[in-house]
Amino acid sequence: MAVREAEPVGSLQEVKEAGLDREDLLAAFRNMLITRGIEERGHILYKQGKIPGSFYTGRGNEAAAVGVATAMGPNDVGTPLHRDMGVHIVRGVEPWRIFAQYMGREGGPTRGRDGNVHMATPELGLHLMVSHLPAMLPVATGMALAFRIRSEKRVALGWFGEGSAARGDAHESMNLAGVRRLPMVFICDNNQWAYSTPTYLGFSVEHIADRAAAYGFEGVVVDGTDVLAVYRESKRAIDKARSGGGPTLIECLTLRMEGHAVHDDAFYVPKEMFEHWAARDPIERYRTWLRDHADMSDDEEDEITSSVKRLLNDALERAEASPLPEPTGLEDAVFASPDELDTPHHK
Amino acid sequence: MAERTYLQAISDGLREEMRRDQRVCVLGEDVGVYGGAFKVTLGFQEEFGPWRVLDMPLSETAIVGGATGAALMGLRPVAEMQFADFISCAWDHLVTVAAKQYFRGHTPVPIVVRLPSGGGFSGGPFHSQNPESSFAHIPGLKVVCPSTPHDAKGLLAAAIEDPNPVLFFEHKHLYRRIKGEVPDERYTIPFGYARVHRPGDDAMVVTWGAMVYTAAEAADELAKEGFEVEVLDLRTLIPWDRERVLEGVRRVSKVLVLHEDTRTGGFGAEIAATIAEEAFEHLDAPVMRIAAPDMPVPFSPPLEKAFLPQVEDVLEGLRELAAY
Repeated sequence: MAVREAEPVGSLQEVKEAGLDREDLLAAFRNMLITRGIEERGHILYKQGKIPGSFYTGRGNEAAAVGVATAMGPNDVGTPLHRDMGVHIVRGVEPWRIFAQYMGREGGPTRGRDGNVHMATPELGLHLMVSHLPAMLPVATGMALAFRIRSEKRVALGWFGEGSAARGDAHESMNLAGVRRLPMVFICDNNQWAYSTPTYLGFSVEHIADRAAAYGFEGVVVDGTDVLAVYRESKRAIDKARSGGGPTLIECLTLRMEGHAVHDDAFYVPKEMFEHWAARDPIERYRTWLRDHADMSDDEEDEITSSVKRLLNDALERAEASPLPEPTGLEDAVFASPDELDTPHHK
Repeated sequence: MAERTYLQAISDGLREEMRRDQRVCVLGEDVGVYGGAFKVTLGFQEEFGPWRVLDMPLSETAIVGGATGAALMGLRPVAEMQFADFISCAWDHLVTVAAKQYFRGHTPVPIVVRLPSGGGFSGGPFHSQNPESSFAHIPGLKVVCPSTPHDAKGLLAAAIEDPNPVLFFEHKHLYRRIKGEVPDERYTIPFGYARVHRPGDDAMVVTWGAMVYTAAEAADELAKEGFEVEVLDLRTLIPWDRERVLEGVRRVSKVLVLHEDTRTGGFGAEIAATIAEEAFEHLDAPVMRIAAPDMPVPFSPPLEKAFLPQVEDVLEGLRELAAY
């Protein structure tokens, strides 16, 4: 089973066949703008000293994150990572909570217990990443296992980067998912740089997706700057998993357009590489497609752009009004109490 | 009430939980067809089927990480490590993921990891360890170390009910050696309450797991000389019964802390430090610690015997305390 390289998406007709109507297409555009907008504003907040610790962005990965999440069903779950802000946005996380999370406020999803993109909203099917990548892959595999045990038509998505593919967690979870044909989709954000380490020092095959064959399932490489191609491939894989066809490994190829975190100027990435990928900016690319194939008008675009601007202004204001957590009761939340087991994600 | 071995009590307890709660499932290596390396889950797959008693690939990381994911989706997984020693392969999934997920995300992780631990039968460096103190140091994990069949069954039921990750240390040397009366009906034993294994007012041994029996044998010997030693079985290390230990210190004034795990950084150090902080003025002698030396567990029988705390070692320690 050789790895398949996905074709780019062409016509509006093709997109409709994949399950998106015009409203969905504009919503995806809006979600990509929100994704980038949050991270751009976060970067400014960081420079203003309003965000403690460090700050990570997923610039260049907006189409990959939004494309995959748009294909998820309402009861599907996933464990997105630090380049996958778009997943949180598509699933409906309110932007003000993300700013509050960045600033360590009580209103963030972790109420200041953890920072940056270490956040999740279980009610929306999103579960909390740890820094030890790709430790969330075995966890997502266990979610898929639970669905299989209960014969539920739900799918678990596990995200990982090409750098973390070198760790054993990736192997153990793909092996288990393959052996048990679990309803799971593995999403590799291949942004070509693991901090400063290029892919050729991380793995010796051409694609991470090449590995899927070794676990008995399909591997697909898709251009991660093409939101519609990512959507189409994710939808196909999710539908397949849901109907008992087992896992798929989708590799979304992008370039990390900024440093590992904002302290890193990425001097080690060749200038030509940045130029090449900047010409394929996922948002610009999609905007052009929408104008050429879906007749997005100036008015429509202006309306989307200005509504995103308003949304983020309001979100920032609300986040800044959210209090910092009180140190009283600091140790209270280390252990769960029995009555907390009946929270929605346990049902 | 029926007489059961420690192993049967664990097996009965687990089966009972699986019968009463559909969410309980077992994941581990060779737990299905083979019934587990120690036969704790013998016959389970026939009763509960291959999707509730899952033979897993040799993947401790995927077993514990997978248990966490399944727990987040509402199941109550009980993972088995074939030997407690292999938990090192799943360290990250206990310490990095399961222990911190509730604190960060407010999502409880109700998993139990069963860990056959301990030495005494030439298991060598990789089939004999007692890694409980490593995990007792990690906030967010609970650590349980039963010593009797009665406690093993009741603590296992409590562990499965607990909304947090629980490490359930089963001492292998007790599996078939120790028998006791176990109620037929279901019961739970709450965490954090020590049990008096043997009463006494002249000195106290604080211990857990297989060392409870080593301490009791030494205490019986000293009773012949008119020196009565209380053997206090902690039963759970996280949480541990500080109040009961301190009450004992104030009453008997002489304390020996005993464990099979190695000495430096062992949980006994925490107990000794707490006594020094909280009850120093009640002590008639220094708190004594007896533990395995700081070295890997040796294989050959005379070496292993020298490594593990023996009844004679405890006797010697208690006599030294008695002399104060």
